[in-house]
Amino acid sequence: MSEQLALLPEYLTAHLQLTLIALLLSAAIALPVGVAATRIARLEPLALGVAGVIQTVPGLALLALMVPLLAAVDLRSIGFLPAICGLTLYGVFPILRNTVTGISTVDPVYTEAARGVGMTPLQQLARVELPLAMPVVVAGLRTATVWLVGMATLSTPVGATSLGNYIFSGLQIRNYVAVLVGCVAAGGLALVLDGLVRAVEDGLARRRRKQVAAALGLAALLYGYAGITLAVARFDDRERPVVIGSKPFTEQYVLSAALARLVERETGRRTELVQSLGSTVAFDALVAGEIDLYVDYTGTVWVNQMQGGGSFPGRAAVTERVRRFLREQHDVTLAAMLGFENTYALAVRGRDAERLGLRTISDLAAVAPRFVFGSDYEFFARPEWPPVRDTYGLSFRELRSMDVSLMYQAVATGEVDVISAYGTDGRIDAFDLRVLDDERGAIPPYDAVVLAGAGIARLAPDVVAAVARLDGAISADRMRAMNFAVDEAGEDPSRVAERFVRTLP
Amino acid sequence: MIQLDHLTKRYGPDAVVRDLTLTVRGGELLIVLGGSGCGKTTTLKMINRLVEPTSGTVRLDDTDTATMPPHELRRRIGYVFQRVGLFPHMTVAENVAVTPSLLGWSPARTRARIDELLALVELDPALVRDRRPDELSGGQQQRVGVARALAAGPAVMLLDEPFGALDPLTRERLQESFLRIRRETGLTAVFVTHDMAEALMLGDRIAVMHAGELEQIGTPHDLLTRPASPYVRELMNTPRRQAAAVERLSGGPTA
Repeated sequence: MSEQLALLPEYLTAHLQLTLIALLLSAAIALPVGVAATRIARLEPLALGVAGVIQTVPGLALLALMVPLLAAVDLRSIGFLPAICGLTLYGVFPILRNTVTGISTVDPVYTEAARGVGMTPLQQLARVELPLAMPVVVAGLRTATVWLVGMATLSTPVGATSLGNYIFSGLQIRNYVAVLVGCVAAGGLALVLDGLVRAVEDGLARRRRKQVAAALGLAALLYGYAGITLAVARFDDRERPVVIGSKPFTEQYVLSAALARLVERETGRRTELVQSLGSTVAFDALVAGEIDLYVDYTGTVWVNQMQGGGSFPGRAAVTERVRRFLREQHDVTLAAMLGFENTYALAVRGRDAERLGLRTISDLAAVAPRFVFGSDYEFFARPEWPPVRDTYGLSFRELRSMDVSLMYQAVATGEVDVISAYGTDGRIDAFDLRVLDDERGAIPPYDAVVLAGAGIARLAPDVVAAVARLDGAISADRMRAMNFAVDEAGEDPSRVAERFVRTLP
Repeated sequence: MIQLDHLTKRYGPDAVVRDLTLTVRGGELLIVLGGSGCGKTTTLKMINRLVEPTSGTVRLDDTDTATMPPHELRRRIGYVFQRVGLFPHMTVAENVAVTPSLLGWSPARTRARIDELLALVELDPALVRDRRPDELSGGQQQRVGVARALAAGPAVMLLDEPFGALDPLTRERLQESFLRIRRETGLTAVFVTHDMAEALMLGDRIAVMHAGELEQIGTPHDLLTRPASPYVRELMNTPRRQAAAVERLSGGPTA
């Protein structure tokens, strides 16, 4: 618990920065457009239509879409900027809709009276329409505020720190205290910000100057704090830390922490972790120089980046071709081969394996029509799946996608019968599962490799040298044991990593 | 003086007001009388350009109103709405001060003017000044509405069935107040109503409108004694018929 709370100032500050800045930008877009839409008849359906469509894009997808969009126009595509862009777009709709509704539902008796007493259109807007629409407009601002606080937790996968760091990593490593801390903090922040907006509105309506001043003062303080902390981070003139990325699962949390610890110990440089990056986001971030190091798997690069097909030339050859491809195409250095594979592995319950004599995937083919196959969200859409399916002639009763953290539970309790497990996952042992042998080599090799970006390799060769010490340092058993320590024994990934680094000479 | 010259308003093919020509003399109270949909309110709104005429002209003291910016025109003309239309987010004082503030009056001058006007419409400034409109009765609200219309000292005042929604006793008191205010200020006023008794009691002259056209214009005495059409005759007979009906009821069943 205290470990989690120690992270709170950093995460909460980052979350506050994201929410407040996105809210300000949303309002800056939505208010004038909303007002204009009530003056220009043709603009209203257009503005509301566009904002409404953006609103229907799931939050996670909207933020993730910002990454390739920003990359396409050569802007920083990982971290604060994509998060702010996505959040801002998301916040526009409630403010826009309520501005339009608020103004267009003002009783015509007041707008006619405003004209009748001699107001110009602008005076009519400022003195009559906006004040009368204020409660509805403010309701829109409050909706946007609460949505944005919640939505900002989804900034983590695009590389922006937020309270979502608690939630994403907590769910993966089943640290529910972390999840809870993240949720409670986000909920509390939403209540506080909503209360502030409401206090301003209430004070305006009742003409309580002091209340308005106090609420606005508090809001200004929060904005000041967010602005100053952002500026401080931006003009930090210390040497840039070595930025280490991780994808959103246990092994990656452990390995990124181990890389950080090792780099600190060997080079004395500061490090920074950017955790829970989406799978393709991590590679793009490395190429763009947003992160310096992360661990990937040869098969993943082969399939995703090299668009390799269904036949694999063997483990060593795949690694060599990946190494050459990365160096030639992306100026990325393969700094170390950790020594284990984390392959996709088809796993069944131990007792089924014994009862039905299942040892290889070929054995599975005979019983597949009776089996339900559970997998993570991407497996069935990944290029690895069709070759496996076709090589062994697999035809399951049903294919079911689910969150990784639920997949192991599901096979253990009989909800599904086979899963696409990760070869080094500690839960294979924890849930007494049996990995089936890929005797025909339909699944590519997935050697874990440390990738270093062009910048770090050139500017800080000592970092690359330090990382090279990990070459061959982690066997599959060792990785599985470390994953097990986090997933089942409930240890913190950074503590497991720390212990591992201490064993290195 | 207000001159309406061949004034027409069409919405699509339908003319709401057709070829209306009449003159309101300086210092006169002209009643525009007619049934629902006869075009009387549209006529009133064309005078201060709340409605733009399709054709024809309106002259205010010999100036074509189409040549002035509409908001400046309206600041020179007081307007009292049937539905009052006091701004609900402003106090009584702020409502009265709206047009002076648009004209950039000094705060001291405005403050003095507010109290003067509230007293003129028979409200206690100390009591109502800082209240919100919804804390006042309907009659009090329309008194504030009249004060707001008078605030910038307009030479012309337009009133659209201002007392139509009030109960008969309140209406009578407001009519009396209005007659007194008009005597004291010497306003030129155009007053729209469908109430015969109100028209006869308040008007210097009455313009009767029917189906978008001017039926007859004249003093109450003219209209009562020399109606120009069967419609006007019928209209002028309504107070007499009502009086007779009341007489019968009070005289008992013998009638």
